[in-house]
Amino acid sequence: MDFNDTAEEAAFREQARAWLQDNVPSADELEGLGEVEQAQLWQKRKYDAGWACIRWPKEYGGRDASAIEQVILNQEEAKYPALPGGVFGIGQGMAAPTLMAWAADEQKLRLLPKMASGEEIWCQLFSEPSAGSDLAALRTKAEKDGDEWVINGQKIWTSGAHYCDYGILVVRTDPNVAKHKGLSYFFVDMHSPGIEIKAIKQLSGDANFNEVYFTDVRIPDSQRLGAVGQGWQVAISTLMHERASIGGGGSGVDFKALLQLARTVTIDDKPAIEDSAVRAKLANWYCRRSGLKYTGYRSLSALSRGEMPGPENSIGKLVAAPMTQDMASFAMDLMEMSGAVWDEEFSPAAGLFQGTYMGIPGFRIAGGTDEIMANIIAERVLGLPQEPRVDKGIPFSEVPTGT
Amino acid sequence: MNFEFSEEQNLLREQAQGFLAEHCPMSKVRAVLDGEASYDRELWQKVAEMGWTATVIPEEYGGLGLSYLELVVIAEELGRVVAPIPFSSSVYLATEALILAGSIEQKERWLPKLAVGEVIGTFAMAEGHGRASAAGLATTADGGALTGTKVAVADGDIAQIAIVVAKADDGDGAALYLVELDQAGVALDPQRTLDFSRSHSRLTLSGAKAELLGSSGEGWALTQKLLDRAAVLFAWEQVGGAQASLEMAKEYAMGRYAFGRPIASYQAIKHKLANMYVNNTLARSNCYYGAWALNADAAELPLAAATARVSATQAYYFASKENIQTHGGMGYTWEFDCQFLYRRSKLLSVNIGSEGQWQDKLITAIEQSNAA
Repeated sequence: MDFNDTAEEAAFREQARAWLQDNVPSADELEGLGEVEQAQLWQKRKYDAGWACIRWPKEYGGRDASAIEQVILNQEEAKYPALPGGVFGIGQGMAAPTLMAWAADEQKLRLLPKMASGEEIWCQLFSEPSAGSDLAALRTKAEKDGDEWVINGQKIWTSGAHYCDYGILVVRTDPNVAKHKGLSYFFVDMHSPGIEIKAIKQLSGDANFNEVYFTDVRIPDSQRLGAVGQGWQVAISTLMHERASIGGGGSGVDFKALLQLARTVTIDDKPAIEDSAVRAKLANWYCRRSGLKYTGYRSLSALSRGEMPGPENSIGKLVAAPMTQDMASFAMDLMEMSGAVWDEEFSPAAGLFQGTYMGIPGFRIAGGTDEIMANIIAERVLGLPQEPRVDKGIPFSEVPTGT
Repeated sequence: MNFEFSEEQNLLREQAQGFLAEHCPMSKVRAVLDGEASYDRELWQKVAEMGWTATVIPEEYGGLGLSYLELVVIAEELGRVVAPIPFSSSVYLATEALILAGSIEQKERWLPKLAVGEVIGTFAMAEGHGRASAAGLATTADGGALTGTKVAVADGDIAQIAIVVAKADDGDGAALYLVELDQAGVALDPQRTLDFSRSHSRLTLSGAKAELLGSSGEGWALTQKLLDRAAVLFAWEQVGGAQASLEMAKEYAMGRYAFGRPIASYQAIKHKLANMYVNNTLARSNCYYGAWALNADAAELPLAAATARVSATQAYYFASKENIQTHGGMGYTWEFDCQFLYRRSKLLSVNIGSEGQWQDKLITAIEQSNAA
């Protein structure tokens, strides 16, 4: 056990640090660009210099780096909190490992480098209005027509669908077998005729998610990943990567921002950080954040051996999302009456805490609710039995549904 | 960077598990809890024969000269079985104090005996209720003689030496003193204890002969350093106990049926156990960092130790109380073993200072590193 860099790791860190120092885009360069354009500018620059998706094989645009090297790069990039990003996570974090495991070589060579460079952006088409936590209850159907499949139905909660080029899609290919056995997995060109995208206005007032409607959308059979009926298994492999990649805990309030706030606001004319109740809360959050960080480091060893991220990774989101919510809420308490004001000019950290308070409920739901995450830990890590289920062993078409 | 124990350390863990399964089943804890003896003397001797008490003591003083990474492996396993022996007092505190601050003569005199378990050491700090402070110390030294009263001295009745925190002979500061307990100026009276498997005593010093440990006046800083080092080791014991609580709860929940199915299949129970797993995992990961910082004597030790300590204290408390809850009525009986973990979790959490005290130290450490 040694938490210090080896000589080789230190050299890699220095290389990464130097490159970032010279290449991180300035505010002037980003001025006037939209969120997606900013992210693409930075991603392309990284790709051209060999700093994008570094763990991927070289032939797909990566550099065959180790998991530890990825962590080192992440640590160095984190020193630039204003770096654009966020739009490539689903593609690079979830679709890519799924493609690597299930797609044909020719497809990997064609799709992955463009995903790494940020030229093509991917989204995820899994959830449906009637299939959230019970994802395998999805109803969007695919019917075979020659060498193509014809898709009809509706997906929901699709981040970034409006600017994406491809999506990973799970559909029902056979309603007459048991729920999990009638699914198949595809990737789809988001510019295909018959796809219609509608933004969903969230409770925060933003619109990051979409409803995606499919009307007679045609997908070549060659874009199927895994066998017909094997879709659930492929989807699980994607979801394990989702839990590992969302595991960082969503954006928003960082411990450092809260600490800084506690140093500046006062309680009884003294900095809040000197108040013992404030210290106790901050200490608890620090412990959980630190625990997650080192849990992540420990799982690196398994990743370094090429193992899949296991169900243990569900812990990241389960801990980070509720904690971030509590931290944001507490930050506003520290502001006392002025906590009610959400104004970029007036509010501490340009309104970060209010913004997080409104954004974080979504993180406790996206990618598996807190409750589903706890079930995964209970059943898949601890080995506890499932609840009895009324949908087991009967064809999907006979499973009871609501209205 | 490397975040795993070595193969040798994992082998040591297996060996320790096998040894403790044979020599420290819960029935041994129960025997001490129910009986007159203050500890399991036979187990203590066997543990010493295994060399565990000698783990980090340098070879020149009769120890094995191994690293703290070996010692934390042993600490976790002892915590898991709720071992009724004075390991934390003697190894994490008294031995550590000597390694940290003892003169060559003091080390030569005591470490070889501590290494073989022939001498049991302990640590005496508290004088009453509430948080101790350097200014509040009422135990005083006068020409190498200590006078005052210490309370809740863990394993005091079976120890031969105590490391005592007292007001320094010269000036206002604190100092650490080594006191041999078998002498006229020392009285030890047992105090009834939350965890009957670990005795505690009141230590009355009436001009007791004492030797200064380390330099006078710097005793408070030395005490904090000692406690930081001990906190990592305590935290590993606590993580072991927390894990044992989860395993006990799981085993019961799998076998207990209600409304026609195992209670482990109900989400209310599953989520309870999942929360235990989450707390235990976070605490364990913080303990990895603490173990590294202790072993490397890293500048981050105060922060790493407080982080490990706070999260391990919380994890053990949560797991041990919810283990009883998972068992229902039977968990509240004398007959069931849940009580051992519940008792020990609180004992370990106050033995070297409360959760609140360590939360406070954690933030202090962050603020100091920020100022530096």
